[in-house]
Amino acid sequence: MNLRNIFKNGFLILLASLVLSACATQKKAGQLQGDVYTGKDSVEYLASGVADRVFFATNETVLTTASRETLRKQAAWLRKNSKITVVLEGHADERGTREYNLALGERRANSAKDYLLTYGISSDRVSVLSYGKERPVDSGSNPLAWSKNRRAVTVKAN
Amino acid sequence: MLFRYLLILLILMPLKVFALIEVDITRGNLSPLPVAVSPLSIDEKSKSNFKKILEKEDLGSEISAIVENNLKQSGLFNPLNKNAFLQKPDIANLKPRFEDWNLIKAQALITGKVTFVDEKLRVEFRLWDVLAGKEMMALAFTTVPSNWRRVGHIITDKVYERLTGENGYFDTRIIYVSEEGPKTNRIKKLAIMDQDGFNNKYLTLGNELVLTPRFSPTNQMVTYLSYFRNLPRVYLLDIETGMQEVVGDFPGMTFAPRFSPDGKKIIMSFAKDGNSDIYTMDLENRIVERITNHPSIDTSPSYSPDGKYITFNSDRSGYQQIYIMGSGGKNVKRISFGNGLYGTPVWSPRGDLIAFTKLHKGKFYIGVMRTDGTGERLLTENFYQEAPSWSPNGRVLIFYRETKTNSKGEGFSAKLWSIDLTGYNEKMVDTETDASDPSWSSLLTN
Repeated sequence: MNLRNIFKNGFLILLASLVLSACATQKKAGQLQGDVYTGKDSVEYLASGVADRVFFATNETVLTTASRETLRKQAAWLRKNSKITVVLEGHADERGTREYNLALGERRANSAKDYLLTYGISSDRVSVLSYGKERPVDSGSNPLAWSKNRRAVTVKAN
Repeated sequence: MLFRYLLILLILMPLKVFALIEVDITRGNLSPLPVAVSPLSIDEKSKSNFKKILEKEDLGSEISAIVENNLKQSGLFNPLNKNAFLQKPDIANLKPRFEDWNLIKAQALITGKVTFVDEKLRVEFRLWDVLAGKEMMALAFTTVPSNWRRVGHIITDKVYERLTGENGYFDTRIIYVSEEGPKTNRIKKLAIMDQDGFNNKYLTLGNELVLTPRFSPTNQMVTYLSYFRNLPRVYLLDIETGMQEVVGDFPGMTFAPRFSPDGKKIIMSFAKDGNSDIYTMDLENRIVERITNHPSIDTSPSYSPDGKYITFNSDRSGYQQIYIMGSGGKNVKRISFGNGLYGTPVWSPRGDLIAFTKLHKGKFYIGVMRTDGTGERLLTENFYQEAPSWSPNGRVLIFYRETKTNSKGEGFSAKLWSIDLTGYNEKMVDTETDASDPSWSSLLTN
């Protein structure tokens, strides 16, 4: 075995251990990246492979890379199904005042809506509805439950 | 009219000005004043008449029990046990034997008489200074019998005013949101009750989500948020007639409504394209005015009692903070500078303080600060609580508190709580169901 091979094998081993430890951390953190939910619990599908919702960090309305990918798939699906209109429902977790959360939910829903519009979806096919913190999907009072509740959900309106 | 029900008030004797007992209300309930509330005396004939009408065995005792409970709940008074009273109610009302009342350490004594006159309820009561051996106040009311609980509240207000030098807050109501069902799909109804939890009534059926009801200054109207037809909009409800109407014609969500102090305008947030700003609508001419114009979230507006200023919540600094501005939207000034996030500012009816909700390091606080942001004082800390509303005398705050839910979805509750401005006398306000978003009325009798 030459030096080069040793280096190569070592690299593979290192890589494998990195992957393993990444799995371990992800399990520990419970499907969270930062505090944005990355799991599939509660997610429903508008069509095969087209998830209906995107998740947000605490007090944030910016879309993550994963959220943008989900919305691109939604936009493609909406283009294919041009008769369908949708409501974007914006939600917040329970860790905020009711009134501010109504505004935050509206902002989250619009953040998702704006992204759909950049993919050529007509704005009259997309309306928004904020529920603030009134309709959590997970009733738990813990960071994982809160992360599932900070969401914008695309719901078929017709 | 529901609230202004035939209430004749007459002063029996001139008020004595040399009261010796006084309640120091700046220190809270450190040493509540011992007070004896003698059952109001009632003659046999009146007794049987009221029994027929109201199904109350002894209306005199019932009314004095209301007074007693109110005084106790205030935290400023310690009503003494009736078993220790030596003097009979009717005699005590004529001329108390002050030595007897002194013996049980009562400093103030309340006596009175209930009679049935011309189908009406007549109540007279007297407040006595036991140590000085003098009458401090004597009043009589005549009203319809069904108003009997309010009579108890009015007596309490008069006693409270005489002994503390401040307006009372007992003849008042609370409007709130009644909550039932699973946390993920709560059924919410508007509900109204007397300040002491009695006479609870539901004003909506629960078919649509309703939030944040607030009284008009005269207590006849309520403004609130309803999701009727899945369109979250600010509504106006006439409590007497049940008539409802949407406020304004906004192409999007309106929320966080409150009345202006003169009752002529509704101030609220309007959200459009991800931006919430503050607007007012004049209820007479329907003119809508935009008050803030900023890409941040501006919400939870509340007027100063003179109507000249507005305090509100904005995240224009990057995080939720409290601001004040002129009523036209000029001279916006941030006033909250402590650690954490601040929300739900509400101007005190006295004008000198702003109550708020604060979120800091995962805990929620109800606090007060001066209108320039100085003198921040946190009254209570908990897992979750928010939305303080002032008693009409600016003395007590009512708010709601939610408990933690475990991962099985158990343990959740939402309840109303009240706390004295001093941070003392924190207690749960009983409601039939879970409850949130309380709003305190002004005094029903002015």
